[in-house]
Amino acid sequence: MLHRLSFIPGRLLQAIPVVFGVTLLVFFMAHLLPGDPALAILGDKATEDRIVALRTQLGLDKPLLVQYGLFLSNIARGNLGDSLTYQVPVSSLVLEAVPVTLSLVFFALILGLLIGIPLSGIAAVKPNRPADLGVRAYTLVGQGMPQFWVGIMLILFFSLKLRLFPVGGYGQTAADHLYYLFLPALTLAIALSPTLIRSLRSSTINVLGSEYVATARSKGSGGVALFRQHVLRNAIIPTVSIMGVNLGYLVGGSIVIEKVFALPGLGSLMLNAIFSRDFPTIQGVTLFVALFVVVVGILTDVVYTLLDPRVNFSSKERE
Amino acid sequence: MSTPTAILAGFQAKRRATRSRTLKPWYKNGSLVAGMIIVGALVLMAILAPIIAPYDPIQQNLTNTLQAPSTSHLLGTDKYGRDVLSRLIWGARVNLRIGFLAVLIPFVFGSILGGLAGYFGGWLDAIVMRVVDVFFAFPFYVMVIVLVFILGSGEASIYLAIAAVSWVSYAKIVRGEVIVAKKQDYVVGARLGGMSHGRVLVRHIGPNVLSQAIIYGMSDIVMDIMAVVTLGYLGLGIAPPTAEWGSMILDGQEFITTLWQQATIPGLIVVVTSLGVSFLGDGLSDLLSPDRRK
Repeated sequence: MLHRLSFIPGRLLQAIPVVFGVTLLVFFMAHLLPGDPALAILGDKATEDRIVALRTQLGLDKPLLVQYGLFLSNIARGNLGDSLTYQVPVSSLVLEAVPVTLSLVFFALILGLLIGIPLSGIAAVKPNRPADLGVRAYTLVGQGMPQFWVGIMLILFFSLKLRLFPVGGYGQTAADHLYYLFLPALTLAIALSPTLIRSLRSSTINVLGSEYVATARSKGSGGVALFRQHVLRNAIIPTVSIMGVNLGYLVGGSIVIEKVFALPGLGSLMLNAIFSRDFPTIQGVTLFVALFVVVVGILTDVVYTLLDPRVNFSSKERE
Repeated sequence: MSTPTAILAGFQAKRRATRSRTLKPWYKNGSLVAGMIIVGALVLMAILAPIIAPYDPIQQNLTNTLQAPSTSHLLGTDKYGRDVLSRLIWGARVNLRIGFLAVLIPFVFGSILGGLAGYFGGWLDAIVMRVVDVFFAFPFYVMVIVLVFILGSGEASIYLAIAAVSWVSYAKIVRGEVIVAKKQDYVVGARLGGMSHGRVLVRHIGPNVLSQAIIYGMSDIVMDIMAVVTLGYLGLGIAPPTAEWGSMILDGQEFITTLWQQATIPGLIVVVTSLGVSFLGDGLSDLLSPDRRK
């Protein structure tokens, strides 16, 4: 078991240039701003004093290489700079917002599987029959709907018409959070489900045609039991890597969804920072999200290896 | 391995594949026809907007705001008294234009970079692929939103932001295709015949690997249409008062309890548009690479 995880050090090594590149890109964001970044950030609020102060705060008065070095050493110490709007460390703002976004994303992942597994199962059992065509139509439409619009439609139906769920907000207690997060998570799950269904459908069709399923059938297994015991466990493996890739997509989507449902997560933090031109916060959130995606990518490979004994990243080069 | 016979066999296989492509005429391709009808109708609506729109899309009428649908305003009026139907029709211009044009830069840039990386391999490939990995770490909307912020609002920024995010997918796809293609006999044969790398890439590999990029490009158009609408909804897209579907949904959300149509209908037209483009993409992929379809 353990020897199959021997790819991890190599995989971590492979991630180093990516992390390096991510920091470089985020660092240069400030220099992409047209003209003097300090002036661009302050806009019409700029006075000579404030520009000088901000230039010093952002370290813009030093040579580029020194600035980047400082940027890296600050990141390494968890220092993302101070928010221009709130005058507090960006890292504390990010830490406050992360639980909201992560809960939303994982809730969405669970709901996405709850939608995707049964639908892909129905579609895969009899390909090209009406049920399958219906599921395929759903994936096509699901892909063509703007996520935020789906959220608004869910609010219209579940909150305003049926009065089952709140139109927005996050609540106070843990139970509240779950209740308030349901519609936003459902929105993201609907956006995610076409991808999940497509992957699960094709892997389920493959598994259903395999010899061990024929064996199970010959031993009298069938229906939901067969599906649960023999099919799903194998069919879901390729989907794990797809879910890993899509976690980043979900985090991106949650930026938009948090606005629809007024959730105090990373997305709201980012959008508010954009509208108040709070550059250190924008930079901090962007960096955090990108590093999160890199880490999730590594974790996905680990989980994938543990789930499927046939996968062996150690022995051969990927791709 | 690359004997003249093998090369000839390769050419013949290629010709056979080409012939089988032409067996089914395009008009019998259901997806393609459906896509052409839907997208064609939308493009026509955009072109004819000045003629078919009943009102001026940005003309305010503050004595006639927030009207429910009626015979004079089929979809009602918004908070500035502007006719919603007219804004919907005019919105097709902005949304379709950006959605379709935004794929061009990343398509060209990504394909060239991916093609060179795949063809020459070595350090060029290593560098390009690491850069691709870096860009892949940024979720689509995070990158687009930040770039639009940095570049300033406006159509040009949207093109650039989308290009900066989506070129990586084309680079990955074309690189993979080129790596497979460069080992094929027709490429080896062309090189043996004394052709330069540039000529082989452009004349022989290019036409054979681009179909996958074009097929992906169609789904990318759907994504770009979503991006434009989403940016409009977030207030980061095309500046008001220009009619644009995303900002119309944002405006409509405010009055959703009384005038549900105003947020719903622009979203529906986005769904119809993306369905049309998806059909078109499916149809094209049947035409371009029939051998890959199951």
